[in-house]
Amino acid sequence: MELADLTAHELLELISKKEVSPQEVVKSCIDRIEKYEPKIKAYLFIRNPEEIINSVKEDEPYSAIPIAIKDNILVKGLPNTCASKILANFIAPYNATVIERLNKKSLNIIGKTNLDEFAMGSSTENSAFGPTRNPWDIERVPGGSSGGSAASVAMGSAIWALGSDTGGSIRQPASFCGVVGLKPTYGTVSRYGLVAFASSLDQIGPITKDVTDCALLYSFINGYDPNDSTSLNIEPYRYSPLKGDIKGIKIGLIRELLGEGVDPSVKKCIEDSVKIFEDLGAIIEEVSLPYISYSVPTYYILAPAEASSNLARFDGVRYGFRASGKTAEEMMSNTRGEGFGPEVKRRIMLGTYVLSAGYYEAFYLKALKFRNLIASDFRKAFERFDVLISPTSPTLPFKLGEKVENPLEMYLADICTIPINLAGLPAISIPSGFVNNLPVGLQIIGPVFSEAKLFEVAYAFEQATPFHKRRPQLGGISYGV
Amino acid sequence: MEYEVNIGIEIHAELLTKSKVFCSCPVQFGAPPNTLTCPVCLGLPGALPVLNKKAVEYAILTALALNCKINRNAIFHRKNYFYPDLPKNYQISQYDTPIGIQGYLEIETANGRKRIRIRRVHLEEDTGKLIHSGGRITGSDMSFVDFNRSGVPLLEIVSEPDISSPEEAKEYLINVRDILVFLGVCDGKMEEGSMRCEANVSIRKKGSDKLGTKTELKNINSFRAVERALQYEIERQIEIVSKGKEVVQETRHWDEKNEKTISMRSKEEAHDYRYFPEPDLVPLEIDDAWIENLRSQIPELPEEKYERYKTLGLTPYEAKLLAHDLELSIFFDKAVKLYNNPKNIANWLLVDVTKELKDRNKVITQTLLTPEIMVELLLLIDEGKISGRIAKDILPELIDKGSSPEKIIEERNLTQITDTSALLSVIEQVLKENAGVVEEYRKGKEKSFMFLVGQVMKLTKGKANPKLVNELLKKALG
Repeated sequence: MELADLTAHELLELISKKEVSPQEVVKSCIDRIEKYEPKIKAYLFIRNPEEIINSVKEDEPYSAIPIAIKDNILVKGLPNTCASKILANFIAPYNATVIERLNKKSLNIIGKTNLDEFAMGSSTENSAFGPTRNPWDIERVPGGSSGGSAASVAMGSAIWALGSDTGGSIRQPASFCGVVGLKPTYGTVSRYGLVAFASSLDQIGPITKDVTDCALLYSFINGYDPNDSTSLNIEPYRYSPLKGDIKGIKIGLIRELLGEGVDPSVKKCIEDSVKIFEDLGAIIEEVSLPYISYSVPTYYILAPAEASSNLARFDGVRYGFRASGKTAEEMMSNTRGEGFGPEVKRRIMLGTYVLSAGYYEAFYLKALKFRNLIASDFRKAFERFDVLISPTSPTLPFKLGEKVENPLEMYLADICTIPINLAGLPAISIPSGFVNNLPVGLQIIGPVFSEAKLFEVAYAFEQATPFHKRRPQLGGISYGV
Repeated sequence: MEYEVNIGIEIHAELLTKSKVFCSCPVQFGAPPNTLTCPVCLGLPGALPVLNKKAVEYAILTALALNCKINRNAIFHRKNYFYPDLPKNYQISQYDTPIGIQGYLEIETANGRKRIRIRRVHLEEDTGKLIHSGGRITGSDMSFVDFNRSGVPLLEIVSEPDISSPEEAKEYLINVRDILVFLGVCDGKMEEGSMRCEANVSIRKKGSDKLGTKTELKNINSFRAVERALQYEIERQIEIVSKGKEVVQETRHWDEKNEKTISMRSKEEAHDYRYFPEPDLVPLEIDDAWIENLRSQIPELPEEKYERYKTLGLTPYEAKLLAHDLELSIFFDKAVKLYNNPKNIANWLLVDVTKELKDRNKVITQTLLTPEIMVELLLLIDEGKISGRIAKDILPELIDKGSSPEKIIEERNLTQITDTSALLSVIEQVLKENAGVVEEYRKGKEKSFMFLVGQVMKLTKGKANPKLVNELLKKALG
């Protein structure tokens, strides 16, 4: 193991004991980038190594812990492309609120990570600048849309990262890359400075190597922000060391998310996890949430509807890519025609359609009703259970190109994660096993504001299992020319 | 064939808040282009709106003044359309849950008072402004956008089609404008664009219970234009219908220069705005306490002032003029408290003071004239210390310098001459110097008397007590 393989809390302890220097930590990560980034392609922008090293401050321990930021979260002065041609030349003129909060802790931003264009996708193949590869198997996708962030942590080029999650975009890549990812309760992390995909579903969250780091990073970024009207003015989560005592807690295993379409090897892995929880003293029962079967169609009405409006601002008038045109209208039309990739266009068209006169009631309003029904299914389940569990992804990481031609199949990759966004709940994905050296993620879902409980349950599982310690065999990959 | 006209009016009023409706950029006019902007009102990626409480309060105040019900749960919607002056390519507006609904406003018409129903009062954001090189969009090589206005709070006030003539439309518009101005929420300047208006108009055969096909008129930029545009459009529609043809539902542009309306786009080309609830804002909860607090802040409005002024003995004409002028009415109310002759104050304010203000192109609060000074002047006349003539002469000084009338009179020795012997000697002199005129008077030319009075006033520099001069002169002429 090298320093780049350790977690933030492990490194901070080593630094405080003066066993390693902050510079050594940062250099270890830079070394990973130099060695493996050419194959993994986790980043769209990497800061100058010298700058990264110079950002280390002796009295600011967190400045020794490089963090990667998904390229749809604005960092002042750095490019923010959203993996789209339309923002290829866009430099962020202000900081997202989460970045302001990280700056207060002097976190060392190492670069901006790749994603599916405007966070629309589940494989990071929809990036205008090429796909990211899974560090566990470079023939496979890292998941998406925060594939770059998950891969950057898995490969050790960053100790931790921020992603964004609209329908699973933190948890599914975390699952595919064998790391931890949290989708926080809607409204606990400010969206100010996150380029909106679907405003009522988007949340920024941490991607880390273990649960303790996840809790730490979440404690830095959560809390009320007056610049985001959907941010909740409640007591924020504060980190305290995790105990992992889950004796007697009640866990519901969601029946609908273990049925058809779930890879048997994934199912087996989840069944093993159930046993581990039982050994830890938890009480596990199956629970049915009938309406979550409607999650994918509900999501693919609501998310594109909001996206079609959110992405309207990219028109070439004020910033970003501009195509030519004889009139303003033609210029705007050409800019969008040439600037957006196919998946983004597909969703804009879907969204425009479902909001159109005559279709609004049939699609948008109906989807809103289903969203409420899904949320109410969860509320009922939480009357009986402390947390719910399911696979994070129904399949193992798939191969590049495998689903690109079949958008519907790609949409089903998020079947386990989408319901959580629709209900506004928090959920964490943690490594729960391996199949053919490919990671499998377990999703733990809690009621609103139950992040602290999720961390405890996840930590208990983590302490009882070795999966979070495993690292991809990067050196084993052939990186020939 | 006789026709009935139905007009509905949509008013957009820019609110006089300090900052914009969804960000903290200042609301200010005339600043260099794009200097009053931020990520939010420029529609930068990642920026989010935060609702300005003051703008909501102004909207509630207006809705209450227009007798609306207040939606306790008002939701903002996105109105989606592409235009270069709209930074997000959607406008945050309100759709099916506006702040105010089902209000009304009463106006004076040729046939007495009439109630115009108000459908809705809602809050939204203004757009930026396009500036075309060469000044016109057609044939211009290049256009610029100024986003200083982007995000300025706009209030939309929509009436039901209860208005039956261009005159009523103008009256309605003036009434709404005055309410906005009295509430202090909008400066109501149509010519400057801080209040804009669109009208929809249709005609139907008298007695028909179904509304005719309407056209929508845009680009109406003055109170005068409202009347002219509607008049033109009504005549145009009557001509079409009387020829047996049908009016086409469309949007028409008022061409001020050529005094006609021109077709802009038809119903088929109309936008589908794809309204949906704005997910970046939470529903606006308005509770009773908030509403009642705001209700108590509503000042006396023109209608109430008008009624009160009539009880003070003003004529309806005087009462209306004063009641609809915010500054003058406040001045009047203060002056009446100091001096209990409302009629006299109104007279002075509406004639002499108004004339002086017009010459200066100012409102009364922009001058140094105060109710106290005004009353001091009127008391001097009442006490016979100065004549009305002198009072009028020194009025400009009071307006421009705020001087005390009593002091001016003292300093310049302008006190009225009421000393009979002094006046008699002046009269004697006048009669001597104008023997011819005296002769004419004696032959029966009444006008000559006024000439002789004038001569006395001239010699006394206007200081002679006119009543006394009359008496003494008559006596002297036998």
